[in-house]
Amino acid sequence: MSLLQVTDLSMHYQGRQSLVQRLSGNPQSVVRAVEGVSLHVEKGEVLGLIGESGCGKSTLGRAILRLHEPTAGKVLFDNSDVTALSPPALKAMRRRMQIIFQDPYASLNPRRTVAEIVGLPLALHGIAMGDKAREITAQVLERVGLRSSQLDRYPHQFSGGQRQRIGIARALVSNPEFIVCDEPVSALDVSIQAQIIALLLELKRELGLTYLFISHDISVIGYLSDRVAVMYLGEIVETGPVAAVLDNPRHPYTQSLLSAVPEIGAKRAKGRVRLQGDLPSPLNPPKGCKFHTRCPLAIPMCQTIVPVVQTLGEGHQAACHRLDEGLSLLDGAR
Amino acid sequence: MTLLLEVTNLCTEFNTRAGLVRAVDGVSLRVSRGECLGVVGESGSGKSVTFASVMGLVRSPGRITHGMIFFDGRELRDMSPDEMRATRGRDIAMTMQDALTALNPALTVGEQLSEVLIAHDETLPAGRAARRVAIRDKCVEMLGLVGIPSPQSRLAQYPHEFSGGMRQRIMIAIALACRPKLLIADEPTTALDVTIQAQVLELISDIRARLGMAVVLITHDLGVVAEHCDRVMVMYAGQVVEEGPTEQVITQPRHPYTRGLLASIPRPAMRGQPLTPINGQVPDLVGLPPQCRFQSRCPMARPECLVEVPMFDAGPDRRARCLRLEDMP
Repeated sequence: MSLLQVTDLSMHYQGRQSLVQRLSGNPQSVVRAVEGVSLHVEKGEVLGLIGESGCGKSTLGRAILRLHEPTAGKVLFDNSDVTALSPPALKAMRRRMQIIFQDPYASLNPRRTVAEIVGLPLALHGIAMGDKAREITAQVLERVGLRSSQLDRYPHQFSGGQRQRIGIARALVSNPEFIVCDEPVSALDVSIQAQIIALLLELKRELGLTYLFISHDISVIGYLSDRVAVMYLGEIVETGPVAAVLDNPRHPYTQSLLSAVPEIGAKRAKGRVRLQGDLPSPLNPPKGCKFHTRCPLAIPMCQTIVPVVQTLGEGHQAACHRLDEGLSLLDGAR
Repeated sequence: MTLLLEVTNLCTEFNTRAGLVRAVDGVSLRVSRGECLGVVGESGSGKSVTFASVMGLVRSPGRITHGMIFFDGRELRDMSPDEMRATRGRDIAMTMQDALTALNPALTVGEQLSEVLIAHDETLPAGRAARRVAIRDKCVEMLGLVGIPSPQSRLAQYPHEFSGGMRQRIMIAIALACRPKLLIADEPTTALDVTIQAQVLELISDIRARLGMAVVLITHDLGVVAEHCDRVMVMYAGQVVEEGPTEQVITQPRHPYTRGLLASIPRPAMRGQPLTPINGQVPDLVGLPPQCRFQSRCPMARPECLVEVPMFDAGPDRRARCLRLEDMP
């Protein structure tokens, strides 16, 4: 049984409407940020969630933790339905599910000391108070590579990489099993990014953690994930073991995403696909397959019929009408 | 190839409350006509300030303390403000990282493009009506060149009506309006998604080939450099630490920082193998002692590294700032 099982999760936001719009009876606009997403994360694995900005990957991460209340769908964590928990039960559950945020500057309260920031979950969950809490906080701080002498400093006294370590310490202090890592290294310079990635992998190994790792960086995802899910406009278009998805991408979006990444060193073995145009607005997503407006392989049926998810191999799935034809954009461009 | 831009021993300092910061410390570089130079470095390495200095865009409390900047045979630092203004935008143009803040939100895209043409384009006809038509035609042509669909109708739109990738294209169109000899692109794709990044970079390469213009591509992404630049210059804490032909620098780096940077990039092919990050962090630029700036993080550092290190020749057309150059595996 998976540690986390998400079924048909949707997250819609109601658009704002002016009085005139309301009186004139226009239907309210709805942003479908996440639409019918199903995924599972096994204990001890890293599921990499990849997609471009605005595809709904962060919203999905937050909806799973119920930081946003999902519109529809079910989230099972260790066999209990997170979406149905009462507020006190949800609070207790949050001790086991934590999140690390993208922006190490915006996600730490500038008026609190590190001891207060990292120690807050201990107080909230009634784990420890006073000196005991300070002792645990100091240990966690040392564990993430900071010094316990820095406990009484404020976030502005730290660099970006150190702040991200504080964010990691805060997520770790309640001893969780599952952490949503929401672009934790995107705001960092390359050399610092590598330090944080190494730290996250080390912690996972030592503490037996499970991650949902959200990123737009394919290199990062490819390096640290066991399985990968690719998101486009609120839907998962392809998912599977990292090797299968990266070496043998089947969905045209995954193929073009991979081929857009600049490579270092080795000459590109496969051709390059250029996607035309921009991501369509999630306010008014295309009908049928959401990717058809940019897809070089689109055929008339893609404009009207939503493709179903097909299984292609061991845990490898994709949703595209033309999978059976074995077409690859990468071949065509070679 | 003839030399277009030559910077020698450029120093730019900022007088801050914390003390004097030498953001650019003795940078020398050359760009030939039609060449693409990649400038790589992490935040605070001085890469943007170097080229803001070249453009004469450094403002108080910053100032260029010494160095020479020759562009197309002329010393830019000797130019009067009027001459500099005439050169900037016409012969050298720069695009900024964040297109949304660089573009004026209160002017239409057409107005912003016209500004450049009115300021610099001497080929415009004299008559008022003819002039207006000519400017409009050129604006449409430039938007078309950077791949904006239906340019006629989009000229009347404001920056906020465009997507991030489109705004970056508009900024490139403005920069290219007078067909400059040199385009300085400061992190042109950092704020963009990878599929859009690929479109914009391809556009720059394509226009470069068509107009025969030289490009300086400032970026923190070695992958971008590897695919688009002839030569690369790596900066660290205000200094150039290594330069040379891109492929050689990437396959055989001669400075420990370049090596560390390359080893820090996670790659799917390295799954399961440990990453080797560079330990520590960039030193504070205030009151730096005259010694190798990387030694505190360098796995190869030795006591003798605590001296000021000059650039050494490291093979044909290659230089690196390291005393242990010869010991590099």
